[in-house]
Amino acid sequence: MVLVETRALVKKFGAFTAVDGISFSVDRGEVVGFLGPNGAGKSTTMKIIAGFLEPTSGSAFIAGHDSRADSIAARRRLGYLPEGAPAYPDMTVASFLEFVAAMRGLSKPVARERLAELVERIDLAEVWNRRMDALSKGFKRRVGIAQALVHDPDVLILDEPTDGLDPNQKHEMRELIRTLAPNKAIVVSTHILEEVEAICTRAIIIARGRMLADSTPAELLARAPARDPSQTQIVRTTPLEDAFRHITLEQAGS
Amino acid sequence: MSTALLVFRREFAGYFATPLAAVFLAVFLAVAAGMTFFMANFFDRGQADLSAFFLWHPWLYLVLMPAIGMRLWAEERRSGTIELLMTLPVQPWQLVFGKWLAAWVFAGLALALTAPLWITVNVLGSPDNGVILASYLGSWLMAGAFLAISACVSALTKNQVLAFIGAVVIGFLFVMAGFDLVLAAVRPWAPDVVVQAIAAMSFIGHFQRITDGVLEAPAIIFFVSLIVFALWLNVQVLDARKAA
Ligand SMILES: Nc1ncnc2c1ncn2[C@@H]1O[C@H](COP(=O)(O)OP(=O)(O)OP(=O)(O)O)[C@@H](O)[C@H]1O
Ligand SMILES: [Mg+2]
Repeated sequence: MVLVETRALVKKFGAFTAVDGISFSVDRGEVVGFLGPNGAGKSTTMKIIAGFLEPTSGSAFIAGHDSRADSIAARRRLGYLPEGAPAYPDMTVASFLEFVAAMRGLSKPVARERLAELVERIDLAEVWNRRMDALSKGFKRRVGIAQALVHDPDVLILDEPTDGLDPNQKHEMRELIRTLAPNKAIVVSTHILEEVEAICTRAIIIARGRMLADSTPAELLARAPARDPSQTQIVRTTPLEDAFRHITLEQAGS
Repeated sequence: MSTALLVFRREFAGYFATPLAAVFLAVFLAVAAGMTFFMANFFDRGQADLSAFFLWHPWLYLVLMPAIGMRLWAEERRSGTIELLMTLPVQPWQLVFGKWLAAWVFAGLALALTAPLWITVNVLGSPDNGVILASYLGSWLMAGAFLAISACVSALTKNQVLAFIGAVVIGFLFVMAGFDLVLAAVRPWAPDVVVQAIAAMSFIGHFQRITDGVLEAPAIIFFVSLIVFALWLNVQVLDARKAA
């Protein structure tokens, strides 16, 4: 069942085209890794899917609802972690998550149950009553994830969910995404290629707003150029990195 | 509606999350009292009423209301929380109304804290308390208009300072609109309708009618319509920024 679909998304900021004809769809059970160099248009695409930005042309659908024409219904099915995991600094974790739950129309008892479950699952108990401007990066990001999961949405759009996390927390975040995966359609953007192998069923590479690849991590690996054994690497790279560099630098050169 | 109230609650609590609220209330009271006693010769007038107090409100609000309203949207845009807010399954007007209401109630609180003045004039003499009550309500309504303008401007930028300046400039136009100075400058070249329209936009003119205790209905309608219009415009601004 297709839960996320974009059709020929184009986003222009003035004369600059940030997103240039992005089309893909994500089924339930899939975890799609969104890859690309800085400024590729990943966040912009995610903002359009989430309905925060309107595309210049093209359209995005969440569970069949047009993110523009039918935005409220689309947003009900969506959990979104914006880039940088923004949060209200003056609120406590508890009051913030309760606020989001209430805004999403959850009744008090349902919200309480749901939040209790999330506290457990995302390990928020120790910061529950702390103000969010006093949180470490890792906890801030976890609160951002909790916020996106409050209503148990079908679709998760997570913009760099593991950015700034220490290795242990990265691992936990990946485990969380893995456990959520079977029942949802998940799109995660990341700069960490090993993450793609660890959690993604599919990888989409974009650069300069264009889609360069949409395939399984294994297929992507196959696109890695053969190494020249006579050349010693100053910095060791993984095969997936080779593939990424090959695909994205090839476009930059052309 | 309950969504707007949730936004209101969060936003209103936000005013008190920092010492800013206390500072603001103190400044408001100090300036209001200062203007009343020193600039309007409250005691020398030998009159037991609060017209000297209300006289300065348009000028007081011109600066203080943008100070309350500037953060409403600009801060959310700066911190990125606007992305959370605008991707919730709620109508933009619910957000706009809830935020404005929080600022308005906060302004109402500041105004309510000047009640000792009201008590004082009742101790000193026997003022027309009906007019004073109407003046308080009119003043609060005018504050609401300033705030609706400030909120709307705040939605245009992520820079609170710019939001403040923009709101003061627009507020200034509304305050000055009724002055002969302004009207005289417009009259030679603009058709009469335009001159009258500008005069009809005057905050001071409408507010004075309320504090004088005459012709209150048109003034109330004016301020309410302006608030509704500015909030409507606020929603349009949010919409337009999505497509930007
Ligand atoms: N509001 C905006 N106005 C103008 N240009 C913008 C705006 N938002 C993004 N851009 C530009 O669009 C391009 C794509 O940005 P985007 O944030 O989508 O990239 P990204 O792939 O998420 O990059 P990163 O990996 O660094 O997060 C960038 O060149 C950026 O400068
Ligand atoms: Mg990004």
